[in-house]
Amino acid sequence: MKSYDKLIFEISKPGRRGCSLPKNTWKASVSSLPASLLRSAPASLPEVSEPDVVRHYTCLSGMNFGVDNGFYPLGSCTMKYNPKINEEAASLPGFAQIHPLQPESAVQGCLQVYHELGKALSAITGMAEFTFSPFAGAHGELTGLMVIRRWHTERNDFRRTKIIVPDSAHGTNPASAAVCGLQVVQVKSTPAGLIDVEDLKPLLDDTVAGIMMTNPNTLGLFETEIREIASLVHGCGGLLYYDGANMNPLLGKVRPGDMGFDVMHLNLHKTFSTPHGGGGPGAGPVGVTEALAEYLPEPRVKMDADGTYHIAGCAHSAGRVSGFMGNFSVLVKALAYIWTLGRENMKLAGPLATLNANYVKESLKDVYRLPVDRVCKHEFVFDGLADGSTDVTALDIAKRLLDYGFHAPTIYFPLLFHQSIMIEPTETESKETLDAFIDVMRRIAAEALSDPQMVKTAPHDTPVRRPDETLAATKPVLAYVPVAGGHAGDSVA
Amino acid sequence: MGFSYFPQTEGDIREMLERIGADSLDGLYSDVPEEFMFRGEFDLPEAMTEMEIRRRFLEMAGRNRSLTVFCGCGAYDHYSPAVIPALISRAEFQTAYTPYQAEVSQGTLRYIFEYQSMITMLTGLDCSNASMYDGATAAAEAVMMALACTKKKSRVLLSGTLLPQVIRVVETYARWHGISLDIIESEDGCTSAEDMKRKLGQGDVAGVLVPTVNRYGIIEDLSGYSEAVHGCKALLITYSDPSSLAVLKTPGEWGADIACGDCQSLGLPLSFGGPYAGYLACRREYVRKLPGRIVGETVDMDGKRSYVLTLQAREQHIRREKATSNICSNQSLMALYVTIYLSLLGREGLREVNELSFGGAHYLYDSLIATGLFEPVFDKPFLKEFVLKTSLPVEELQRRLNDAGFFAALATEEGYVSFCVTEKRTREEIDALVACVRVCGELLTNAKD
Amino acid sequence: MAKTIEGLYYSETHEWVKVEGNEALIGITDYAQHALGNIVYVDMPDEDDQVTKDEDFGAVESVKAASDLISPLTGVVVARNEVLEDESGLLNSDPYGNWIIRVKMDDPSELDSMMDAAAYEAFCARA
Repeated sequence: MKSYDKLIFEISKPGRRGCSLPKNTWKASVSSLPASLLRSAPASLPEVSEPDVVRHYTCLSGMNFGVDNGFYPLGSCTMKYNPKINEEAASLPGFAQIHPLQPESAVQGCLQVYHELGKALSAITGMAEFTFSPFAGAHGELTGLMVIRRWHTERNDFRRTKIIVPDSAHGTNPASAAVCGLQVVQVKSTPAGLIDVEDLKPLLDDTVAGIMMTNPNTLGLFETEIREIASLVHGCGGLLYYDGANMNPLLGKVRPGDMGFDVMHLNLHKTFSTPHGGGGPGAGPVGVTEALAEYLPEPRVKMDADGTYHIAGCAHSAGRVSGFMGNFSVLVKALAYIWTLGRENMKLAGPLATLNANYVKESLKDVYRLPVDRVCKHEFVFDGLADGSTDVTALDIAKRLLDYGFHAPTIYFPLLFHQSIMIEPTETESKETLDAFIDVMRRIAAEALSDPQMVKTAPHDTPVRRPDETLAATKPVLAYVPVAGGHAGDSVA
Repeated sequence: MGFSYFPQTEGDIREMLERIGADSLDGLYSDVPEEFMFRGEFDLPEAMTEMEIRRRFLEMAGRNRSLTVFCGCGAYDHYSPAVIPALISRAEFQTAYTPYQAEVSQGTLRYIFEYQSMITMLTGLDCSNASMYDGATAAAEAVMMALACTKKKSRVLLSGTLLPQVIRVVETYARWHGISLDIIESEDGCTSAEDMKRKLGQGDVAGVLVPTVNRYGIIEDLSGYSEAVHGCKALLITYSDPSSLAVLKTPGEWGADIACGDCQSLGLPLSFGGPYAGYLACRREYVRKLPGRIVGETVDMDGKRSYVLTLQAREQHIRREKATSNICSNQSLMALYVTIYLSLLGREGLREVNELSFGGAHYLYDSLIATGLFEPVFDKPFLKEFVLKTSLPVEELQRRLNDAGFFAALATEEGYVSFCVTEKRTREEIDALVACVRVCGELLTNAKD
Repeated sequence: MAKTIEGLYYSETHEWVKVEGNEALIGITDYAQHALGNIVYVDMPDEDDQVTKDEDFGAVESVKAASDLISPLTGVVVARNEVLEDESGLLNSDPYGNWIIRVKMDDPSELDSMMDAAAYEAFCARA
């Protein structure tokens, strides 16, 4: 498997096919269309048999690493176990075969999923209503900011074009703000890793639309001054946005709605266990307080007195952000997860994630540099090795972990430190797994001193080793181009 | 204790708390002000067993009605081969994250590279990303990209024949992004070239977005568009159903600079609207403004062919507020659906899908006209989807068809009814639909008299 | 220690300027290229584009970072260094030998606010 090196195009052979289709008995043919509307030559798609396809993609799967393969302590990504019953529920034909424009009477089951999930998420977060249109976390941020802008402009307040974003924020925060036409103003962190309230105060005036916060922040630290921050921002007429990327440790313990947040998003693919799928699809539902419910994007699902559901609009809607009604099947999976946990286990998810993170942190802080030494939430950040006498970097440590069968942590983020190693073990990892990881991390710290060259040339036991990213970016080859006599990439540079 | 997703035993928890130096799980929240600690009971059901979950979801799915689909309007009931779910459900694909660690993500990176390649083959353009949520948001990204490619312009022209939901989403993005949109009028069911030229002439246009197959199912003739658009230093953006590009003139051949659309028609389940995946492709000179994830080929330290996420300096995690977009997803698993679908269907199969859909759609069209209950609206070429006029009460007609197990005759904003036929529809199904329409027609006509 | 060259003007955002008559060549300093690492792409303005003092006129990208190019001068771009389109790495190997744009200056007095080599070296030492 390690040596498999084919692209699907390279096993193609004219005359092979991978599917069977009905015999064509129709009279009309595409060839009756004017030639000026037809493509001049067929697309050079592969011609492969069905077993070829199955073997090729099975081989490719062997070059991947997922949560089901092993421990995945990727910070800020909440790589928890993805329950299998959720997949079964989402793929029921009664869900999977439903056309999004079918009349309401024929989709009552789908609409019930929206209603039930909305109810559950409101209970968990303390927000009044959710929209399920956003497809992902970043899309949720953008949607939430649209709601905030709509709220201000509906009150004829057009000056509020600035959004405050901490320097520790995920890159999507400023990027979403820019897409939404807002000007980003950065607020600094204190040496203790929290928002600097004194730096925030002078930024607050009547041009501020709001503040985006991640709590706990990207250092895994709870923003203890949240009460004062909320009162300051509200005091100047701004709104508080909660980036739900780090919601997991608060699950069952703390509700964003209670902390004064007006708008928030959740990453169902993080906190609510839907699989990441190699980077998508996800879902980023946005929740708001009662006062903002009519500003949500359309459409929304409402229940009538007789228990039937219908699709409705919003009086001051911020617009429409998805073609239909968001990533429905992801919502099914999240609802199955919530109902499986139920009210009693929901309360334990956050604390157990927090327990695991603190356990790993405390077990490694003598050999890795811990810039902020206090209780963390779901994740924490090391700034490289405690013994900096060799030039072994965060990247080297990450690559060496791959040799030991663990996925690497997030590295070089947050940008507050030079050698950030951000570790997030979730609640679904056992003590034995964490002990094995701790053991390997300690071993790598020792190797960094005894044999730094070996660590710097890791990984040694993976299908490929440190691909040349500079070459990829200077001479981009982004598509396969068929060439007689074998493989050739086409450089677009 | 003892919940199947949480491995820690009470003994484990005790030992771990001891290492940490905390007295209880609650002690790990000593940094949270007490007023914010949730001490109540969640308004949630009690934990359900797997058996209960299965029963509850079967029940909910049972409240939906599985209908024989004769509508499209942006979501198409094409056949998805059995190989696809079997491969998609492999945990190595499904439970992986974004392929940041290339060494243990060559599977994901390779199929995304294949996906990008297939999109370039279908669109006739040079480069494709792998990132868009759906067709409507891909169109919005394409519009913002046109602005980034043509500096210092602020207007974008949108054809009024685009799918309604695409227009709505682009309008929403444009409004908050500060783009001024103008809708190009339609004329006889197609984008009015005259109106486009007039609006181009008003200046400041960064891009023009037109469909190749439009909301009425009509295949638009875009001859002369690229010349007119490029003459004003604007970019031509086309919106296409990618399945149709196996037979229809490609965005590249029409002279488009950017192409976008929804990949749902390439093997993705209807799934009540999502997850789907949008595609976004462009000419090579614009690749640095292409938003989202892009995979490139390179070699590793042993000289072995490898794949990596590349051109990352465009992206949010590096460029923050100056990124080409906030997009973070790569819709990876949906790209895998598309890649496997296109591998199975291949060069010949995708052409056949179009032939079968075309043949069935024209058979249905002729049969419906023959009932005398419908009249043609436009005399224009169509592929698998078309609209008709009827004097029947549309809602009532649709309801009766639903009752008979059909999803057909969807009412459009203009008061037409829309139909669509894919390769999945048999002659028997089409005949049954037409017979049902005849019965409804008689009942409804009598009721009117 | 990053290299400097006598006779050039330097900005706090690590661009250098070399004056030739009423035109100026603008590039990035050795300090800047070192901080960025392997440069993979240079985003340059087109000929005849206007550049404005203290506003960005393009960007340099490495694999994992990007940095805006800030113009120290106001004027019109008379040429862009096309060689960099294919060989962006030249900015690493010889940052002072490879200018990025040539600008016709509107107001040469804008140079007065820039640093000389010694001042820039001191500035980098403080950074």
